[in-house]
Amino acid sequence: MPSINDILILLPEAYLVVAACVLLLLDAYLKPAQKGIVHWLSIVVLLVGAYLVVDGQPATPVTAFSGMFVRDGVSEVLKLFSLLIMAVIFVYARPYLKERAIPFGEFYTLSIFATVGIMFLVAAGSLVTVYLGLELLTLSSYALVALNRDSQLSSEAAIKYFVLGALASGMLLYGMSMVYGATHSLDLHTIHAAIVGTEWKTLLLFGLVFMIVGIGFKLGAAPFHMWIPDVYQGSPTAVTVFIGSAQKLAAFGMAYRLLSTGMGDIAGGATGLAPQWQMMLAVLAVLSLAIGNLVAIVQSNLKRLLAYSTISHMGYLLVGLVNAGPEGYSASMFYAVSYALTSAAAFGMILVLSRSGFECEEIDDLRGLNQRSPWFAFLMLLVMFSLAGVPPLFGFFGKLLVLKAAIDAGMLWLAIVGAVFAIIGLYYYLRVVKVMYFDTPVEGKDVQARSDAPARWVLSINALALLVLGFTWAPLLAWCQRAFAG
Amino acid sequence: MSNHLLSLLIWLPVVGAIPVLLAGAGRPGLARWISLLVAVATFAASLALLPAYDAATGTLQLGESLSWIPSLGINYSLAVDGISVALIILTTFVQILVIVGAWEIIQNKPHQYMAAMLVLEGLMIGVFCATDALLFYVFFEAMLIPMFILIGIWGGPRRVYATLKFFIYTFFGSIFMLVGLIYLYHKTGGSFAIADMANVHLTLTEQAWLFFAFLLGFAIKVPMVPVHTWLPDAHVEAPTGGSVVLAAVMLKIGGYGFLRFSLPITPDASHEFAWLVIVLSLIAVCYIGYIALVQQDMKKLVAYSSIAHMGFVTLGIFIAFLLVRDSNNPDAARLGMQGAMVQMISHGFISGAMFTCIGVLYDRMHTRQIKDYGGVINVMPIFAPFYVLFAMANSGLPGTSGFVGEFMVILASFSANPWIALFGAFTLIIGAAYTLWMVKRVLWGDIKNKHVAELKDVNGREIFVLSAFAAGVLVLGIWPEPLVHLMDASVARIVEQLAITKV
Repeated sequence: MPSINDILILLPEAYLVVAACVLLLLDAYLKPAQKGIVHWLSIVVLLVGAYLVVDGQPATPVTAFSGMFVRDGVSEVLKLFSLLIMAVIFVYARPYLKERAIPFGEFYTLSIFATVGIMFLVAAGSLVTVYLGLELLTLSSYALVALNRDSQLSSEAAIKYFVLGALASGMLLYGMSMVYGATHSLDLHTIHAAIVGTEWKTLLLFGLVFMIVGIGFKLGAAPFHMWIPDVYQGSPTAVTVFIGSAQKLAAFGMAYRLLSTGMGDIAGGATGLAPQWQMMLAVLAVLSLAIGNLVAIVQSNLKRLLAYSTISHMGYLLVGLVNAGPEGYSASMFYAVSYALTSAAAFGMILVLSRSGFECEEIDDLRGLNQRSPWFAFLMLLVMFSLAGVPPLFGFFGKLLVLKAAIDAGMLWLAIVGAVFAIIGLYYYLRVVKVMYFDTPVEGKDVQARSDAPARWVLSINALALLVLGFTWAPLLAWCQRAFAG
Repeated sequence: MSNHLLSLLIWLPVVGAIPVLLAGAGRPGLARWISLLVAVATFAASLALLPAYDAATGTLQLGESLSWIPSLGINYSLAVDGISVALIILTTFVQILVIVGAWEIIQNKPHQYMAAMLVLEGLMIGVFCATDALLFYVFFEAMLIPMFILIGIWGGPRRVYATLKFFIYTFFGSIFMLVGLIYLYHKTGGSFAIADMANVHLTLTEQAWLFFAFLLGFAIKVPMVPVHTWLPDAHVEAPTGGSVVLAAVMLKIGGYGFLRFSLPITPDASHEFAWLVIVLSLIAVCYIGYIALVQQDMKKLVAYSSIAHMGFVTLGIFIAFLLVRDSNNPDAARLGMQGAMVQMISHGFISGAMFTCIGVLYDRMHTRQIKDYGGVINVMPIFAPFYVLFAMANSGLPGTSGFVGEFMVILASFSANPWIALFGAFTLIIGAAYTLWMVKRVLWGDIKNKHVAELKDVNGREIFVLSAFAAGVLVLGIWPEPLVHLMDASVARIVEQLAITKV
């Protein structure tokens, strides 16, 4: 029987579900002129959720509902940053949604539901919770992508996302069923113990492969990346920013729970299936780095460019995970957080520079930005150099940590591959800077930051944080390390 | 205050760039004056290094250390020895001249130009101070960003190509160095301190890999043949100030990197592959000299001559291995290393001055083609003597700073192998040939181009910049003793370390 204690452990999630329902009702009864209230209320809802996550955080990991739900340091970090990034995204999204008459209330409610999905996913203690969280997240995301239903591109993206997403979910579920068949358990810890104890691993290996397909799809790692460019480009940018930032935290959480907690890692000598999934992830990492960086070079659409850049960044995240030890997990989590912050700023820039009837989507639209709004050009410069991994920006230190994790795991070759692709990646980020700083603006396409003050302020803070965190990333790293210690 | 002198030197220009930017495009005068003030203040602060630094011991001094990332053992630790002090003062000195030099020349967003210059200055000083490898790397890479912007916005017609090539080329070299540094971190058991890395035991194979990782990073920066091709492009397209900083200071960072990383961390591999570096240096001295001879573009000519002169720096550094380990002649090794250091400082003045001279001409004529000039001395009688002086220094005339360093390196290499000295000494002929021939075609002769006839002579501001460079060139040429004394003990320490094998 679930006790009151179980509910208390789940308090942030429970609160968000209730709040989202209230917001939905409120939106239905508000007059169109008053809909702005929903916007501010939902930001408050997220911030209160973030407070509840940190405030109720137990000193040692606890589980609820017979181990199905875990509340530990890992889930705390991932949940907190997901909620904060969602709040930032809401600020960016408002003027965009307003000008395009995209339904307000649905956007916020669906986004909050998706966030709850993320929270379940990263706190999963059993295969059922993983699947539950994943479905809550992806179903909400499909609807969000299709939110701009009059746009052909948007509908196309939603269909693609849905079909491929469903396929990936099916693969994942199939893999889970094999693992269940081999271990007779859905609980990740029990599965772990069973795997370490058994000699007969063929069925488990099959299950592992299918689960990795699901994880690869969620991360957007090559060769399961096909949906990324079309969905990024086709979605309303306000949704793209969500898929491109907060969802990456979820994908990392899912990979960690399934692979490390479930299939075994190298800690303590009991390896489980760690050597197998290490090699699989290494292959995914190399493919993602190669495909992401090489294809990004030829993109002319900024959203597509960022889409391929995401693929390459997931490659780096995997380079850290390949380490399969606490150090690698903390490096990867650090990378996920740094990437999510950076990519939120990158898409936020597109949102802030767009205006009604003009999506600032093409790289050429940024031409001469430095002459029109030097401040935003500078912010975009920070974002691009952070993505490229040039110190002293935040993105560099994430790369440093994952490369270090690979070398510590004895995979020097993987670190060198990562370094080589960093050089190739540098080119297309520099091209964006080049367009903003060295080219002259085209007449009639005078890109300017729109006048929504909150969005501009938050964007400034978000991008400057990339510079500031480049100097003060020690606490975040210590926090990530603590989450995986012991 | 005095124990935070190095931090002050790094951050004063970086923070000083903020008010310059705030002054904005609307008040260019204010922006210029603030940046000059910051540059002068930084120079004054760097002069304070001289009394504070004890040149007799040559150790790393004025150290500061703050824990930056405790869980990884990364520290914000700074310290300087005699070599760094000399390079820092060179940096701050050149920076003032660059800012004065750009005063009226840069009309397009002068505040951004000045701010980028100041940030660049702070980061370069940071490179010379850092004693933590990761901190070094952060400064080393971060300095590419302002330079990228400087060439890209204020450069010539092919600036975009040149600046992208510059950035990607340099980044390419240093990323492998980063992998090498992480590997060393792994080896030391969790320390990025350069001193710890120097103490760690490494097999010859490991050293060889690390040596090439470092070589790639620093050789591109120096630049050495065959990875020099970014330099002519970057120099030709960069604005005058950018070229000056690039040649006078940034190239030195490559040579400095060899001293700080390659020599102490991979001494045995450096010894093993010293012949490679020496051969490449001699190719730079001779072959690149011939390439300089055929250049049509003045800036390109000076750029190639920079590569040739930097060949002496790498030659002087690596000849020391042959001298210490094979000939057992540490005194000559010290002489060669000392010569390499003097050559770095001297080349800073000479190349900076040469690029400033070309900038003066370019601002008036908007061409750098040698054939467009001729007879300039007839219309610019004040400018011409400066130009001749710097050209003479560039070709290594005794009495100018260009002679001292090259002479010391040639002398030292003679003790190692007369053939090396012979090829090195070619520079005296080739260098004289390409520089003096350029002088002949630009300054002397009759005026053939009617635009040359309309040239105005240098104004007071330009005379100030040129005189300052001339003072540096002459003082160092006639009386190098203070500079040699400043660096002597530090060089001696480095030479002592060369003898210690790690295998």
